[in-house]
Amino acid sequence: MSKRIDIKNLDIYYGKFHAVKNVSMAIPARAVTAFIGSSGCGKSTVLRTLNRMHEVIPGAYCTGEVNLDGTNLYGKGVDAVAVRRMVGMVFQRPNPFPTMSIKENVLAGMKLNSKRISASRQDEIVEKALSGANLWNEVKDRLDKPGSGLSGGQQQRLCIARAIAVEPDVLLMDEPCSALDPISTLAIEDLIHELKEKFTVVIVTHNMQQAQRVSDQTAFFNLKAVGEPGELIEVGETEQIFTSPEHEDTERYITGQFG
Amino acid sequence: MSTSVEPRDPQATPEGEASQPTSVGRGGELVFSTISTVSGLSILAILAAVAFFLVLLAAPALTSDPADLPYGEFWQWVAPFAFGTVWAAVLALLMAVPVAIGIALFISHYAPRKLANGLGYIVDLLAAVPSVVFGLWGINALAPAVMPVYGWLNKAFGWFPPFAGGVSGTGRTMLTAAIVLAVMVLPIITALCREVFLQTPKLHEEASLALGATRWEMIKQAVFPFGMPGIISAAMLGLGRALGETMAVAMVLSPSDQISFELLTPNGPNTIAANIALNFPEAFGLGINQLIASGLVLFVITLAVNMAARAIIASRAEFSGAN
Repeated sequence: MSKRIDIKNLDIYYGKFHAVKNVSMAIPARAVTAFIGSSGCGKSTVLRTLNRMHEVIPGAYCTGEVNLDGTNLYGKGVDAVAVRRMVGMVFQRPNPFPTMSIKENVLAGMKLNSKRISASRQDEIVEKALSGANLWNEVKDRLDKPGSGLSGGQQQRLCIARAIAVEPDVLLMDEPCSALDPISTLAIEDLIHELKEKFTVVIVTHNMQQAQRVSDQTAFFNLKAVGEPGELIEVGETEQIFTSPEHEDTERYITGQFG
Repeated sequence: MSTSVEPRDPQATPEGEASQPTSVGRGGELVFSTISTVSGLSILAILAAVAFFLVLLAAPALTSDPADLPYGEFWQWVAPFAFGTVWAAVLALLMAVPVAIGIALFISHYAPRKLANGLGYIVDLLAAVPSVVFGLWGINALAPAVMPVYGWLNKAFGWFPPFAGGVSGTGRTMLTAAIVLAVMVLPIITALCREVFLQTPKLHEEASLALGATRWEMIKQAVFPFGMPGIISAAMLGLGRALGETMAVAMVLSPSDQISFELLTPNGPNTIAANIALNFPEAFGLGINQLIASGLVLFVITLAVNMAARAIIASRAEFSGAN
């Protein structure tokens, strides 16, 4: 299931605005890759191109290649809907469907993929996904209650359960802890460690300690000036990036001298 | 400059009480809270006044001997009209709601922005057409045009009771009246649905798309559940208008006084509102009371429909997008 991603010469635009310039990097399978950088540097934009969510915004497009185990996601005849079923996503703010119960939320993706699932198979999937998101024990007695009644951290883990229920190859996380308290953040970080056993995980974070704690590889994005496109400055082993970065900007950023 | 050094000293300002923090802005606060409270209460007062008027003037018709009533025994007389009112309005909603949701979705989620804006204006414009114009259109344009369709419906689907019976020779049947009503309630339902659909949180739409939903699946998963209370409210507003619509029905429908589900025959009963409009000019004495009593029945039907709608929305409150 877990697949690697190779990004080649990726340029991303919002209409006429050139948002991100010429990104090329490899994201290994069964590992956590963190995107760090100051606000507006394009790290979330790059993340959203990995499952073609970028193009949901009117006028947004990109050029270059994003290869998932060799298959270009932007190749001719590739369906964005099919891509999103292979590359799951967790957002900045927890967004369970408010009108659905916890169980229905977990099954939401499954119901899109295959119309009929037997009741026993449904229960299996729900338990597996919720266990995978470390949420099963907390919610097993109230699966029919609305998902929006959970705490913020639980909601975010419910969203992770919903994303992994469809067994994607890659899991993208766009600042998944920025709306959560420290305890919930810790729970999500522990979960990320477990998730990389099965999935390729890419996480955008503003929290450098978090990047150090959870990731194996770190990519640093920056932009020269406001209005200029964001660029990938440096990518490497997390330990190396945080102890001996090659680039001066990276050093200044991780030591808190700007950004 | 010396006064600004000690702003906390009440004596430093010309008027001592103006600097008391508790009294700042209270005057405006009082005015606005009074205005809003009075406005809120006035709606109750108006409703009570209408109800009081209806009950007062309907009472003689409800209490007097049926033999004295010019149109015959009250409940027997009003039943077909009450049925006709609800039947026409329900038919109109059945036709209008799906189309309205379709237009609203097209405007909010499918059409390019420029086209969407233009289309929105056109829909709003439709709401500004007076009902008498819709009535004329119903008689002169719609009724002749639908005649062949009615004939075909009757031939092909005559086994289905609403399409059974002898087709009307004028086209001025219950179905024609319901179509006119549907066109009339379309703008308000569309406008409200469009507003609700536009308010679907981006978060929920993206959650659905990121799971691999197509646009239509996203709409089913995120837009409709979020908008359901709004759709119901919009439909109820439309239903309210359809129940009370007078002129268009009075002009289009060639009515009978029997309860019949037949849509294509001249057996369709009139609606309460249209019946009042048609008979009021010649009514006198107890006849006026009897017509007003039928208005009271319409009032009660409308209230009941709206309360039912509220109950439906409230029963799903736990799962609404509000929390």
